[in-house]
Amino acid sequence: MIRIVLSVAALVLALSVAFAQEDVIKTRKELMKANGDHAKILSDMSKGDKPYDQAAVNKAFAQFQEAAAKMPNLYPENTKSEAGSPVADEFSPSPKVWENMADFKARFVKFGEEAKTTSAKVKDVDSLKAELGPFGKNNCGGCHETYRVKKG
Amino acid sequence: MRNHLRLRYLAIAAMAAVAVAATLFWVLTLPDLVPASALPPYTPNLANGETMFNIGGCSACHAVPDKDPAKVDRLRLGGGLVLPSPFGTFTVPNISPDPNDGIGRWSEANFVTAMWEGTAPDEAHLYPAFPYGSYRHMQLADVRDLFAYLKTLPQVAGRAPPHDLAFPFNIRRLLGGWKLLFLRGGPFEPDPSKSAQWNRGAYLVNGPGHCAECHSPRNFLGGIVASERFAGGPTPDGKGWVPNITPAGLGHWGKEDVAWTEKDIASFLDDGMNPAGDYAGGSMAEMVRNTSRLSAADRAAIANYIFSLPPVQGPKPPPKTQ
Repeated sequence: MIRIVLSVAALVLALSVAFAQEDVIKTRKELMKANGDHAKILSDMSKGDKPYDQAAVNKAFAQFQEAAAKMPNLYPENTKSEAGSPVADEFSPSPKVWENMADFKARFVKFGEEAKTTSAKVKDVDSLKAELGPFGKNNCGGCHETYRVKKG
Repeated sequence: MRNHLRLRYLAIAAMAAVAVAATLFWVLTLPDLVPASALPPYTPNLANGETMFNIGGCSACHAVPDKDPAKVDRLRLGGGLVLPSPFGTFTVPNISPDPNDGIGRWSEANFVTAMWEGTAPDEAHLYPAFPYGSYRHMQLADVRDLFAYLKTLPQVAGRAPPHDLAFPFNIRRLLGGWKLLFLRGGPFEPDPSKSAQWNRGAYLVNGPGHCAECHSPRNFLGGIVASERFAGGPTPDGKGWVPNITPAGLGHWGKEDVAWTEKDIASFLDDGMNPAGDYAGGSMAEMVRNTSRLSAADRAAIANYIFSLPPVQGPKPPPKTQ
């Protein structure tokens, strides 16, 4: 009897670890996708393809701050490889994430802080145009350059 | 004829054949040089030299590396960057104007020879990790302007360590054969049936921009597969993928097909953002640091040319699940 209980408990534990890993990978990809979707909206506005909408601007920068707060905890050691994950796509985290975890996490702190300060500065198309380029290059491109690998 | 005489004649014939082959090889692999007499008197344009420096991407390889790519000083060209490849590991040399460890003692003819023919001042062949296959399409004036601009940059002391290549790739003379096989054409000739903007874009992309050097697949000898130019391929270190930038590739990004317009390409070269709102990573981020310094007209020209490329199906990237 006790053996059955222990086996089931072990199985449940293993499955929940597997699912927990699943959640972490899925969540971080969803957060990044949301970042991209909002970045696109900001970019369309700054290029004049969409009318300026302050509410949408505020929502975008709020999304960036939310992602910045959550992301640092979504890279546990056991998710170095995304192999076998059903949400795997052509991007994966570089091993450098875990080699430089302190720097990686610090960048999210910076991302969140800059999202907050930039958000306060953007009030119209002109200020959006001035702020978006450097913000995106430093906070999005800067990290992707070192910490993200494109496989396909 | 007696057997021993026959053998002797055979040995002599064999040795003669080897001597002929060696001479032929030596002649075929002679380095091409641009003499100083080929360079008429000229006053360089430093502003254009800086443009060539930006589109040429010199700093992407030759600047002293830093763990944080955003902290690299683009103007300190002391070399030292390590480039793994299928042939071994290259270490990028110092091309600052330092007279002892850089190119401070190079003549103008030395520089043109390196850029157009891939030959060093001591007449050794240079490895095509230095993309002279593309730089040879640059106009002479642009090369001379670039040389003048490079000489205004800071001197950086210190030689980079030599390359670490497997046999037989460590035999420089063999590159003479590689050049015979893969180097084609000289300075760019405009297509009169196309617009000035298209021609400017074609020049920047195929010459100083050397985009095809990364964005094309290569054969086992490391030459670009001409029929699949711009159609993407593995990164030189084998770990990532460089996308197909012909219309067969640019229509797709991630899981959704997000169509690129010509304006999107020009915009991407300015801020690194693609039409899906994603920001370029890997080596492309460094490229954007350079292309963002070009004039908007030059970025638009590059976009015009790239957008006009015929669609080419390149090699298949690895499947999306790892």
